[in-house]
Amino acid sequence: MQILQYLINGISIGAVYAIIALGYTMVYGIAKMLNFAHGDVIMVGAYISFCVTNYLGLPAIVSILAAMIVCTVLGIIIEALAYKPLRGTSSLAVLITAIGVSYFLQNAAQLIWGSAPKNFTSIVTFKPFSLAGGELVITGEVIITIVISVLIMVGLTLFTGKTRMGKAMRAVSEDRDAAQLMGINVNQTISMTFAIGSALAAVAGVLLCSTVPTLMPTTGSMPGIRAFTAAVIGGIGSIPGAMLGGILLGVIETFSKKYISTEFSDAIVFAVLILILLVKPAGLLGKQVQEKV
Amino acid sequence: MKKIWNKLWNNKNTRTNLITYLVVIVAYAIMQTLYSMGILSSAMKGYMVPVCAYISLAVSLNLLVGICGELSLGHAGFMGIGAFTGIVVAALLETSIPNEILRLTVAMFAGGTMAGVFGFFIGIPALRLRGDYLAIVTLAFGEILKNIFGNLYIGLDAEGFHMAASAGKVQLLEGGKMILDGPVGATGINRLSTFPMGFVLILFTLFVVLNLINSKEGRAIKAVRDNRIAAESVGINVTAFRMKAFVVSAFLAGMAGVLFGLNMSSVAASKFNFNTSINILVFVVLGGMGNILGSIISATVLYILPEAMRGLDDLRMILYAVVLIIVMLCTWSPSVKNVMQRISAAIRDKVSRNKKEAGTNE
Amino acid sequence: MKKVFALVMAAMMVVAMFAGCGSSSSADAGTIKIGMTGPLTGGAAIYGTAVEAGMKIAVEEINAAAGEDGLKIAFQSQDDEHDGEKALNAYNTLKDWGMQFFAGAVTTGPCLQIAPETVEDQIFMMTPSGSSDKIANSGSNIFQMCFTDPNQGASAAQLVYDQQMATTIGIIYDNSDDYSKGLMQGFKTKAAELGMEIAIETAFTADNKSDLSTQVTQCKDAGCDFVFLPFYYTEAAQVLTYADKIGYEPTFFGCDGMDGILSMEGFDTSLAEGLALMTPFNPDAPESQEFVAKYQEMMNGEIPNQFAADGYDVIYAIYNACVATGVDGATSAADACAKLEEYFASCTFDGLTGTGMTWNEAGMISKIPAAVIIQDGKYVAM
Repeated sequence: MQILQYLINGISIGAVYAIIALGYTMVYGIAKMLNFAHGDVIMVGAYISFCVTNYLGLPAIVSILAAMIVCTVLGIIIEALAYKPLRGTSSLAVLITAIGVSYFLQNAAQLIWGSAPKNFTSIVTFKPFSLAGGELVITGEVIITIVISVLIMVGLTLFTGKTRMGKAMRAVSEDRDAAQLMGINVNQTISMTFAIGSALAAVAGVLLCSTVPTLMPTTGSMPGIRAFTAAVIGGIGSIPGAMLGGILLGVIETFSKKYISTEFSDAIVFAVLILILLVKPAGLLGKQVQEKV
Repeated sequence: MKKIWNKLWNNKNTRTNLITYLVVIVAYAIMQTLYSMGILSSAMKGYMVPVCAYISLAVSLNLLVGICGELSLGHAGFMGIGAFTGIVVAALLETSIPNEILRLTVAMFAGGTMAGVFGFFIGIPALRLRGDYLAIVTLAFGEILKNIFGNLYIGLDAEGFHMAASAGKVQLLEGGKMILDGPVGATGINRLSTFPMGFVLILFTLFVVLNLINSKEGRAIKAVRDNRIAAESVGINVTAFRMKAFVVSAFLAGMAGVLFGLNMSSVAASKFNFNTSINILVFVVLGGMGNILGSIISATVLYILPEAMRGLDDLRMILYAVVLIIVMLCTWSPSVKNVMQRISAAIRDKVSRNKKEAGTNE
Repeated sequence: MKKVFALVMAAMMVVAMFAGCGSSSSADAGTIKIGMTGPLTGGAAIYGTAVEAGMKIAVEEINAAAGEDGLKIAFQSQDDEHDGEKALNAYNTLKDWGMQFFAGAVTTGPCLQIAPETVEDQIFMMTPSGSSDKIANSGSNIFQMCFTDPNQGASAAQLVYDQQMATTIGIIYDNSDDYSKGLMQGFKTKAAELGMEIAIETAFTADNKSDLSTQVTQCKDAGCDFVFLPFYYTEAAQVLTYADKIGYEPTFFGCDGMDGILSMEGFDTSLAEGLALMTPFNPDAPESQEFVAKYQEMMNGEIPNQFAADGYDVIYAIYNACVATGVDGATSAADACAKLEEYFASCTFDGLTGTGMTWNEAGMISKIPAAVIIQDGKYVAM
């Protein structure tokens, strides 16, 4: 029974990683850039949701919508100002700009909301389920997070597989020049990717802070790196991979804390990542691309 | 004599290298003169050694990122190995080598060697991967190293050397001293690093890196960067060259770590985190990939810039971020470059027209 | 283009160099210069900004009360980002400004970094909140306003023993934070002396503290009816929230870092009911009210925590000492340091964080460790 409780704890934090990883993977798969500012967009989303519920007193669902709108706009602006001018140059240049954006968002958040941490009120209101006479507890957040992450995963898969825009995204991801020749507006497609990625970040922010209530300007950065690791474990660029990687990472983290050592759990998580990449160099569900000359 | 000089000067590579050395030496001479004249502020004096360490780190990372084309996000890990090894070695040798410069040199080589050895063992799995996957594995190793340092306890007492990976396991006799104390890190370090030693380290780093770049091996490494498969097909042992660059880079980062660590009175494992790795990477990318002089200048400027902006209080870090983004756009973006060129052309145009008009008026 | 870039870089360098130089100004006898460093940005900014605000309030009060001819204070704060290297730069910047007294740093790492410097420079140092016992031991010129970690941990254990609060004890601590580790070890050592057994100790690190559910579940599984939480209220809020979700209700016991939990925005204070903590500062006490009001005015209605109160006390302690020993703005830092060192060896000080405080020869404070318990959303003395 005990092991089940830890499994649930692991899945709970893993599902949050999964949602963040979905945003990472989306942007990486199509724009081919490591967007290290993703974690900070998540933080902004959480703050917006916090402000809407706590200062305006509006219901949770409105706060999520508001967070999504603000983050989408923010994502588009960041893309247009900081990333678009660098398209076609070294991917490293974009990486550094993304880090600049990350610093900017963190410090702007501190100026606006202050450095004191805020305690995020969970959007989930129903009581936790208690099984086996209280030995096993499943909180509402776990269920909601898992349901939403699965919904997002299915939605994204359908979107990229069935819609015109989604197909254009895949084409851009496959071969940017060829896509352009086929009449696809590459710039617009990539901006769209950022818009979707940022809207996902808003949802991830709300769910992250519902599970882990501390909200401060640096809230997004560490889960951001964890989620990036998760995306790589699953095979970066792969949508189901991000989901699998996220859950796996959460479970590994929790189990290594419980059964091996709380002190060394960070090292264990990253060691597992390295092992996985050695066996499957493109991640669990990633495509192995044959390089051509 | 003149002939040899001309020959050297006309070779583009040699000329760039000479300029690089010259800039470093002149900068050192100026700083040392200012220092001895006593007109440097305390803040300025404080920057000198860390800047030397960061220059060496940036140059060594440039070997990996710029020359070799491998993105590494774990450079701070090697810096940390060097720093902690150097601190422990310096503490152990306190009585046997009383000469501080000698002790620092020994510590530097010990730290460099340790980092190089780790680089080799990390390189075996890491270099099987490429591109962003290599980057994430280096990030992972950096985090693992940081986690391990944060749990390392090393003490020294009359009975000798004690080491453990958990608190309370190291029980020292009366008069013993903890060199490394888990998350607190190393405290009460005897500060051995000096600016002249930093200068020597930069020269050593430049010597190693520039020689490697301009050797036969360096050309092979660049060939691997530009087209791995083509390089492989003409018989270049790709893995061996990548490994060599990786180990050399780790070795130099380790030495720089020793200089950095022995310049502080306390160093915690958390210093060698992802952010520090990224900072070094920013120096490299902003200075220009493969451009060694660029790394030196950008490490200096970017280290001092946020310090010089201290007067701005709340807005300091946010403005630093903005400056970073703008400089990246100005140096890398084709469209921004275009606009800048057009503006400068327009100004030139206007100036020449004004001159002409002035001419006709006469 | 490259040349242009290089020129721009070079120009920026020159500007930076000039900005670094020539900022020292002449000494004014009527004004003493106090400097502090602390994390004003980044993850630890909450502590730095709190201390800074507390100090500014004290400076304003003193300067207003000093009138035309009284001794005034010039105050400057510098950001150290909770990083030893940046702390050194911040300290050097303050030295260039002409600082006579160093009222920092806020966190332990930067304190340990700067302490040897102040010894060398002969600058008096009093840290408001750097709590490792290594700090005061670094030199005779260094004093602490807060408890040292092992002492506080030990008095917590003593209190638990005296009040018979626990039968099965669990500890959760932050393994990457020396404050937390110091408290945990102090507690453990004293508990062993008193014959109290610790059923489980479990840790987290700064990198994985976003999920503490495993640690709480471990304590629950071990059947602990008492859980010692020697860390800051940010993480404590997570622990309390999760424990509530899984219906786990032991006695939680925190240290001075726990202070501030009630004023955390958005935190459901009913979760903290019954939480006991050691804190030298009680914002609900009548003597704190004036300070609380001023702090709220300065910080958008936030309620001050013990960091702010420690900062406030440090400024008053230094100022009182200067007045008592006749030190003014014209005294050199080294002379002032020697005089204050002597003064603090024998003085008693009353402030927000306690009355009748004294310092031992190492520079560690002795004040009465007060414990409070949260009842109806208020601190009640135990």
